[in-house]
Amino acid sequence: MSTDESPNEPLLATPLNALHREFGARMVPFAGYDMPVQYAQGILAEHLHTRAAAGLFDVSHMGQAFLSGPNARARFETLVPGDLVALAQDRIRYTQLLNARGGILDDLMATHWPADANGDERLFLIVNAARKAHDFAHIEALLPDLKLDVLDDRALLALQGPQGAEVLERLLPGVTTQPFMSMRRVTHAGVELYVSRSGYTGEDGFEISIPAAQADGFARALLADERVKPIGLGARDSLRLEAGLCLYGHDIDEDTTPAEADLLWSISKRRRAEGGFPGAPVLQAQIANGVSRKRVGLALEGKAPAREGAEIADSAGAIVGRVTSGGFAPSLGRPIAMGYVAAASAAPGSELNIIVRGKPLPARVVSMPFVPTRYYRGK
Amino acid sequence: MSQTRYTKDHEYIRVDGDIATVGITDYAQSQLGDVVFVELPQTGARVEQGEQAAVVESVKAASEVYAPASGEIIEVNPELEGAPALVNEDAAGKGWFLKMRISDASQLDALMDEEAYAAFVKSCC
Repeated sequence: MSTDESPNEPLLATPLNALHREFGARMVPFAGYDMPVQYAQGILAEHLHTRAAAGLFDVSHMGQAFLSGPNARARFETLVPGDLVALAQDRIRYTQLLNARGGILDDLMATHWPADANGDERLFLIVNAARKAHDFAHIEALLPDLKLDVLDDRALLALQGPQGAEVLERLLPGVTTQPFMSMRRVTHAGVELYVSRSGYTGEDGFEISIPAAQADGFARALLADERVKPIGLGARDSLRLEAGLCLYGHDIDEDTTPAEADLLWSISKRRRAEGGFPGAPVLQAQIANGVSRKRVGLALEGKAPAREGAEIADSAGAIVGRVTSGGFAPSLGRPIAMGYVAAASAAPGSELNIIVRGKPLPARVVSMPFVPTRYYRGK
Repeated sequence: MSQTRYTKDHEYIRVDGDIATVGITDYAQSQLGDVVFVELPQTGARVEQGEQAAVVESVKAASEVYAPASGEIIEVNPELEGAPALVNEDAAGKGWFLKMRISDASQLDALMDEEAYAAFVKSCC
């Protein structure tokens, strides 16, 4: 996600706009949408509630689309380094659209959807709100042989947290045992929902694509369960930071590669060897020779948070990097950050300083996630 | 008898003789959200009216707190280091930031009284 804003254009509203206001949300402009940053209980309480019970997030501003046509998966592999050919039907892959330098144009989720009536392959894509216009134009321009159907008429809800599965089971029987990073199509009250077991908090959870007209009612049905509270973008950001997940436009952008961003886990052995995606030679060289800088997690010693943009210095005082996301970690009760540092300073345990308002704050490189993830791994 | 004055940046200054207690208003804390850290000045430091005197960090962002009047910092709230949430719970009371010896009481004349500040918040926000 990105916070890029065009203040002169009228803000778009999601299908849950009235619900947000009714629940006491403070609304802010985000990626061109009027979005809730927090509700009455505040970011700290919302964050902790999501980790303890279940939080409902409106992520309808994100882009949803079907990409279909002959060999759609192999064709889409020419834009991203993720392995889509090996992706089983109804399974989800996290990958990135890359430029010729291996820089990240956006990160996204791709689901291998069942073939259409013509037998053509289909992918269901979810991309970042601030990048969706760019992404969809990019895909259409580079894959003119495929058909891109943008789903402007669907909302997207995320239900995250350890009690989310039990809550959702009451409305959508069967979700409890749905595998992590899988998709199910479920008919509910006469409409088709696309239910994925995935999220952006490090917790077990679901993302539910639903026709816009039914979104408000479905959200209210979830919120009627006392275990579920509405959660704003503020806690969404602190939750994903604790989980070590990247925020597009901050931790990753067109000038960072998946190798520098420590995202090589998302690229299979076959795709590393074969290439065939934009920037493949750059990425293959980085894999072979190492990177000059790398995204790392930083645990600060004191209480003062370090924010995006703060410089990072080594023990000798030389500037070795910059913070790309930082703040207070509600689940840990202390500040954490992520940022890029020179390879020589990137090993876990490296003692560094983050410069905040002219003062060096001691910080140590730590492996991420900062808070252990609790994804569903089956019974 | 003490009097309280308010700035357009939502600081309050409660003056008793030449000693003043400075903090942020209840409205300010409600806008910031959960306060997680307050950076306070050194005692003995001199600040000029309108200069940065402290920084308050919420979960979301850092905000500067400006000195409502010129003077010398004589005390900072020792409770805020361990319990920054006092700013949210009791901004006008236990969540105070610092005490200062003001050098020019006439600077207070340009600040708002309680009634004017209430009207300001209503109109601005």
